[in-house]
Amino acid sequence: MGFYIVQFLTGLASASALFLVASGLSIIFGVTRIVNFAHGAFYMLGAYVAFTLTERLSGAFGFWGGIVLAALAVAIIGVLVEMLLLRRIYSSPELFQLLATFGLTLMVEDLVVLIWGPDDLLGRRAPGFRGAVEMFGQNVPSYDLFMIVLGPVVLGILWLLFHRTRWGILVRAATQDRDMVAALGVNQKWLFTSVFGAGVFLAALGGALQIPRDAVHHALDLRIIVEVFVVVVIGGLGSITGAFVAAVLVAELNAFGILVFPKISIILVFLVMAVVLIVRPWGLFGKPEAAARKTPGLSVRPWQPLSQNERIAFAVGVVLAALLPLIAGNYALAVGAEIAIFVIFAASLHFLMSVGGLASFGHAAYFGLGAYGVAFLAKIAGLPMIVCLALGPLLGLFGAAIFGFFAIQLSGVYFAMLTLAFAQIVWSIAFQWVPVTGGDNGILSIWPETWAAGPARFYWLSLAVAVAVVGLLRVIVFSPFGYALRGTRDSLLRSESIGIDAKRIQWTAFVIAGTAAGIGGSLFAYLKGSVFPDNIGIGLSVDALVMVLLGGVETVSGAVVGAIVFKALSIWLVSQTDWSKLILGGVIVLIVVAFPKGIVGMIETWRARSDAPSSKSAALAASQPEGAE
Amino acid sequence: MKLEVSGLNSFYGQAHILFDVALGVGAGEVVALLGRNGAGKSTTFRSIVGLVAQREGQIRFEGHEVAREPTYAIVRKGLGYVPEERRIFTDLTVEENLEVGRQPKRDNAAYWTPDKLFTLFPNLGEMRNRPGGRMSGGEQQMLTIARTLMGNPSLVLLDEPSEGLSPKIVEQMANAILTMKKEGVSILLSEQNLHFARLISDRAYIMERGRIRFSGTMAELEARPDVRDQYLAV
Repeated sequence: MGFYIVQFLTGLASASALFLVASGLSIIFGVTRIVNFAHGAFYMLGAYVAFTLTERLSGAFGFWGGIVLAALAVAIIGVLVEMLLLRRIYSSPELFQLLATFGLTLMVEDLVVLIWGPDDLLGRRAPGFRGAVEMFGQNVPSYDLFMIVLGPVVLGILWLLFHRTRWGILVRAATQDRDMVAALGVNQKWLFTSVFGAGVFLAALGGALQIPRDAVHHALDLRIIVEVFVVVVIGGLGSITGAFVAAVLVAELNAFGILVFPKISIILVFLVMAVVLIVRPWGLFGKPEAAARKTPGLSVRPWQPLSQNERIAFAVGVVLAALLPLIAGNYALAVGAEIAIFVIFAASLHFLMSVGGLASFGHAAYFGLGAYGVAFLAKIAGLPMIVCLALGPLLGLFGAAIFGFFAIQLSGVYFAMLTLAFAQIVWSIAFQWVPVTGGDNGILSIWPETWAAGPARFYWLSLAVAVAVVGLLRVIVFSPFGYALRGTRDSLLRSESIGIDAKRIQWTAFVIAGTAAGIGGSLFAYLKGSVFPDNIGIGLSVDALVMVLLGGVETVSGAVVGAIVFKALSIWLVSQTDWSKLILGGVIVLIVVAFPKGIVGMIETWRARSDAPSSKSAALAASQPEGAE
Repeated sequence: MKLEVSGLNSFYGQAHILFDVALGVGAGEVVALLGRNGAGKSTTFRSIVGLVAQREGQIRFEGHEVAREPTYAIVRKGLGYVPEERRIFTDLTVEENLEVGRQPKRDNAAYWTPDKLFTLFPNLGEMRNRPGGRMSGGEQQMLTIARTLMGNPSLVLLDEPSEGLSPKIVEQMANAILTMKKEGVSILLSEQNLHFARLISDRAYIMERGRIRFSGTMAELEARPDVRDQYLAV
């Protein structure tokens, strides 16, 4: 019995740190609507800076002062990031800020290694909390007890801050309706900056306070960010109380999951999140968000089928790509095949995101399922390659059909998080079901048959499939189904009122996108000759998002360009430098600032400008003043 | 003139909404902007306070050109805005809603405190700690006006203050607006309800399809049944 109580207390101590970080993420999202992917990076920076400061400064004041100073220092970095980077892109398409903060995360991951080295660092023990207290015949670290008290204390301070100060009241008001707050004379700029600074302070404090409990290392950010996303979503975005309750829930699930269900401990948290989102789509303490009223025609230039010239340009591009084996060596062809595969993957996510308005954060699940589908068929059933390629993606289709059914019940960030949860569940199965999937060792030696073997042949195969899939997706965009899907994206209510079964349309789109991703995954298994749980990992899902956003969400061809640029750049950087993440992250940040509409979006804007400089007023006069007032 | 707008053109994306709108409000005046649903009244207000991103033209407030300034800066100069959709902060209490609107005292404008506003809108005084989400439509409408007055504006843009309210509340609203006028607040209000506008306004503009079609005193409008029929009758 005592053991379980102590386990419970350990869970509570972890919950406090989790709560600090999650509450910061929650208030940042509430006010600025930014999904701050860099929140984990700020947490990690807090831990590293606190490590250095507590080493340098002596005595009890040195330790506690170091912790607070570290959080403050990182908060200042956060404020600078907000002022120099995020302020420029608030008006960019939704999720573009996510791309920017992802770029920052990549940079920080390399920077901490540059500054503090690659090894784990063990921090100082907290003065006054070095020992353990005996409870129920077990030793409980006294620092854990300190953390257990700290969580509710911070919750109380935040509550007072949000209910008893003008700043807090403004933050709550802005969380609900920031334009109205501006219309009452409040300078949003500084409100956003201060909120971002406060949120980063909480994240860094959470990281700094972890150093007596945990080693500091350069992968802390991804571990915490996923857990924190889960906490915030279970608790309800923007709710501090919700973040606290959810942090306790998640931390206790982690503490007991390993005891009660050791086989599925990793997926337990995600399973609970999926259940919560399905039962209460806005989290335990969240409120249903009023759908933002979009002004039609503001963001999306109506898509048109390719013109004659564009068709020719496209055909020339494909022919040139097909001629690559005449000049390129084996390595370049392998890279080319990989890029073609990622074009398929990115195009499938782009279809879901831009045509369907459904931004999935777990699209790698269906890519990975396609890869594992091929691996099972080839290794276990021993089927010929052509059959494996045809049937492998079906696993992606089935996965998308099951998960998509639940995911499309939600929208916006909650949809994103549920898809993330499903992807994590698939990843955990691949990782933990060792007898079938080989676990971390993966499934090896899946090689193409002679007709597709060799770099040139495999490259041609990948290219042909990529052209076919992208072409098919384009045909769907301009089909009645595509129009209906765009209708559900632009206004769920209106499309349903003209008889479109919106959920069914969205579900179908999810399945199409999942199947296309599965096709990419199937090819990928043959390209690499193996499959690993990483093929389902969050990293891959994020890569896909980056490719789509980089190319431009609001264009039809954006995903293709984004995939080529991102994949080529990252492969090249990895081969050239040890600090590829730093440079890649920097390039992403620069692109976000320079091309706030994505690469293709920018090109289209330039073209539109040079096409019709004089006809602007005529076009404006001709259009109906619909929705005036 | 307290507020002088000229050559105002506004766009939503590709759609041209306002065409060369020109209007003015004198110090202490109550001016009505009349027109049917969709005439462009709300867009005019939103353009004046900078909530429509694409706009061209001159907007002079107390002699200063404000067209290039951000919304919050325009509002801080003393140009208050009460939106049509009310947009109460539903999670915040009545007092907290007022706090969001609070701005420093201004020399050339009436100074409002929560207590003074609770005498103007007695209903609100009885529910100081009630969340905005649990108030009736009429109470919310009063709260939006009170919230804007907390910024001590010298001029208020009131977008359809009588819309959707019961006759009794409409009467209270008219009295509140007249009290504001007595305090020296200039008011530009948009209305579809000519009867309500007539009760409180000195002058009127009539809009149709994004253009100003008529301008004159209330008495002049009385004398023009043809104008009323053409632009206001439903």
